[in-house]
Amino acid sequence: MDAFFNEMFDGGQVRAPYARLGDWTGSMPDELRHLKQAEAEALFRRIGITFAVYGEGGDPDRLIPFDMFPRVFTQAEWRRLERGILQRTRALNAFLADVYDRGEIIRAGRIPADLVHRNEAFEPAVMGIRPPRGVYSHIVGIDIVRTGPDDFFVLEDNCRTPSGVSYMLENREIMMRLFPALFRENRIEPVDGYSEALRRTLASVAPRKCDREPTIVILTPGPLNSAYYEHSFLADLMGVELVEGQDLFVEGEFVWMRTTRGPQKVDVIYRRVDDHFIDPLCFRADSMLGVAGLMDVYRSGGVTIASAPGAGVADDKAVYCFVPEMIRFYLGEEPVLNNVPTWQCGKRDDLKYVLDNLADLVVKEVHGSGGYGMLVGPKATAQQVASFRERLLANPANYIAQPTLSLSTCPTFVEEGVAPRHVDLRPYCLVGEQIKLVPGGLTRVALTEGSLVVNSSQGGGVKDTWVLAE
Amino acid sequence: MIVTVEHVTTYHYDRPVRGVVQSHRLTPTRFDGQTVLDWSVEVSEGTAGGGFRDGAGDWVQSHSAHGPLSEITVSVHGRVQTQDLAGVLRGHRERMPAAAYLRDTAPTRADVALTELARAAVAGATEDLDRAHRLCAAVAEAIAYRPGVTEAHTTAAEALRLGEGVCQDHAHALIATARVLDLPARYVSGYLGGEDADAQGAAAEAAHAWAEIWVAGLGWIGFDPANACCPDARYVRLGSGLDAAGAAPIRGVARGGATERMDVTVSVRATQQ
Repeated sequence: MDAFFNEMFDGGQVRAPYARLGDWTGSMPDELRHLKQAEAEALFRRIGITFAVYGEGGDPDRLIPFDMFPRVFTQAEWRRLERGILQRTRALNAFLADVYDRGEIIRAGRIPADLVHRNEAFEPAVMGIRPPRGVYSHIVGIDIVRTGPDDFFVLEDNCRTPSGVSYMLENREIMMRLFPALFRENRIEPVDGYSEALRRTLASVAPRKCDREPTIVILTPGPLNSAYYEHSFLADLMGVELVEGQDLFVEGEFVWMRTTRGPQKVDVIYRRVDDHFIDPLCFRADSMLGVAGLMDVYRSGGVTIASAPGAGVADDKAVYCFVPEMIRFYLGEEPVLNNVPTWQCGKRDDLKYVLDNLADLVVKEVHGSGGYGMLVGPKATAQQVASFRERLLANPANYIAQPTLSLSTCPTFVEEGVAPRHVDLRPYCLVGEQIKLVPGGLTRVALTEGSLVVNSSQGGGVKDTWVLAE
Repeated sequence: MIVTVEHVTTYHYDRPVRGVVQSHRLTPTRFDGQTVLDWSVEVSEGTAGGGFRDGAGDWVQSHSAHGPLSEITVSVHGRVQTQDLAGVLRGHRERMPAAAYLRDTAPTRADVALTELARAAVAGATEDLDRAHRLCAAVAEAIAYRPGVTEAHTTAAEALRLGEGVCQDHAHALIATARVLDLPARYVSGYLGGEDADAQGAAAEAAHAWAEIWVAGLGWIGFDPANACCPDARYVRLGSGLDAAGAAPIRGVARGGATERMDVTVSVRATQQ
C-alpha cells in the first residue's frame, strides 16, 4: 500500500499545526488518558448524543466513538478550503436556481438534460417557483478528503439536510471541558457561533408574505429518527420550537403552529423530513410526517422551506461530476477544490474501464449513502467483487466508480497508544442573505487499522476539528 | 363552441373532522383553444388560501376550512368559449421541460405487455406524430370503455390486463406506452361536453381525462384514447400532471381520521354559437 499523507508527521518532523500536540500526548500517562476517555464517554452519554451520523441507520442508541486527538488545520490551509467550499456552495445554488427556471446550463449543453430532468431528485412541483433570495440549499455539507499537504478533493456534496453538525459543536464542548489547558496553549477558532449563524441565515430567507420578525421552527420526523438528538439540540441552541408534522397546520395563506397560547404563524421551516414526506397533498399521500397543504403555502410565498424541496438534484452522485463545470459556467472561475476522478458506469467507455479495474476501484450507488451498497475493490474478496460485478451489470447507470483514495491520516488514540488512522471532513456552509462558513467541521475517523471507511455504521468515530488562528 | 360546466363535489365525513385542506386545479387552462367567458369556484366552508401558477402553467388555488365539519362542497360553474385546434396546445405558457414527463410513476409504469403494445403499435412509423396517433388507437382498442371494473388506484398495467377501464385507465396506458418510446407524455384533467348532456350519460366521463404527448416541432398534443380522437371544441382543459394524482382537479386531506364519501355531479353542455 502507498504511503499515506500523515497530517501530523512529515517524515520524522512534526508539522507546524500539531507542534503543541506532540508535547501534550507525550506527557500524558496511559492512566490519565483512560480516565479522560471514560470521562468523555460519560459526558456523551449524559447529553444523550448517540445518533448515527448522516442518516446511516444502525442502532440509534449506540454511542459513536469519540477520539480525543484533535484534527488540526492551519489558518492558511483553512483559507484555501474555505474559498473552495464557498465557491462550490455558490455554484450549487446557482445550478438549482437555474434548473428550476430557464435551465441555461442545459441549453448550453454543459450538462445532459436527462441527468437533470429524469433525475428522481428533480422536483417538478418547484419548477418556476423562486424561493426567497433565490436560495434552494441553505445548509450545504461538502465532504472533503485529503491526500497530501496541498491536495484536497471533494468526495460528495450534501444539499438536502446534512446532519452531524451537533457533533462538531459537542466535540468541541467536550474537548474544552476535558482539556482546558489545550485551549489556552493553542489559539483555536471558535465554532460556537454556528447556531446563531444558522438562525440568522434562516431569518434572512423569510417568505415574501412575512412582514415582521420571522418565526422559525425545526420540523423533525420525531424521536424515532436517528438524528432526533441533533434536531432538538439545534432548536434549543437557536431558541426556536422543535415541531412534528402534527404540530403544524395550514389555514388560509399560512402555516400555523399549535401553542398553548393559540395558533402562531410560522414563517421559516428548517425541515429535517425528506421531500416526499413533507406534504401528503403534494407528495406521498400516506405520509404522516408532513403538513397537508404546506407546498401550496410555500409556492404561493407564505412560508420558506429550508432546504427547498428538489434541492437534492444538485447533490446526486452523477450530477457531482458536473460541479466543476457549474463553477466555470455560473461563476466564470476555475474550481479551487477538485472532484475525485469519477467514472459514470452509465457510459459505455467508463463501464468498460470500471469492469476491467473493479478490484482497484471504489464503486458506489448513485443515490446511496452511509457506505452501504458500495464496493471497496482492494478490500473485497474475489467473490465479493464477482457478485458486485453482476449487480453493476444489471443496472450500470445506478453506479459510479472512483479510484481508491489514499486518505490522509491523523494521530488517533488506540489500545496501544497513538497511531495514524484515516480521516475525512465535513464542513457546514450556511446560505441566506450571506454565505457563511464556521471555521471547523466534523472529522470522521476510521478507527480500524488500515480501514478507509469512516462511516459510523462501519466502525468510524469522530474528532474535534481545529482551525488555528493566525 | 361554448361549453357550459356545472361540477359539484361534496365530501361527506362519517364523523366531524377538525379541518380540511384542499388544493384545487379547477381553472381552465389559458391557451388559444379556450377563452373563459365566466367561471367561479365556490366552497361551502372555509377560506381561500394562496394561489399560484405552477411550472406546467396551471393555476393552483389552495383552500382550507376549520372544523368541526361533516361535509364540504366545491361548486364549479362557468362557460368557456372553445376552438378546435386538433388537440394542439397552442399558445400555452409553461416552464416545465418536456423531458420531465419521461419519468415513471406507479400508475404509469410500463410492464412487458404495455411495452409490447407500444412497440407493435408503432412498427413502421417514422414520425413521432404518427407514432402518437397509433399509440392512441392501440390503447383505445386494447382497453374497452367499461365503468366499474377499475378503481382510483388501478395501474395502466392492470387495466391492460383487464382489457377494460375508464378514461383514467386509458390515459395512464397511453402515457405509459408513449414513455416507453421516449415520447414525453402527461395526464390531463378537464371536461368533455356533449351536444345534449343527458344523452351523453355518465357523469364520470363528463369530468374527463386524457393524455398529452410531446411531439418535437409541434409541442404538446392531446390524445383521448377513451374516444379515440384528439380533443376538439367539446373539451375544456383544466390542468396536467405526471399521472391522475398529479393532475387531480381537487386534492384534499381532512384532519381527524374520519371516513370520507364523495358525491359528484357533473353536467357539461357544448353548444354551437
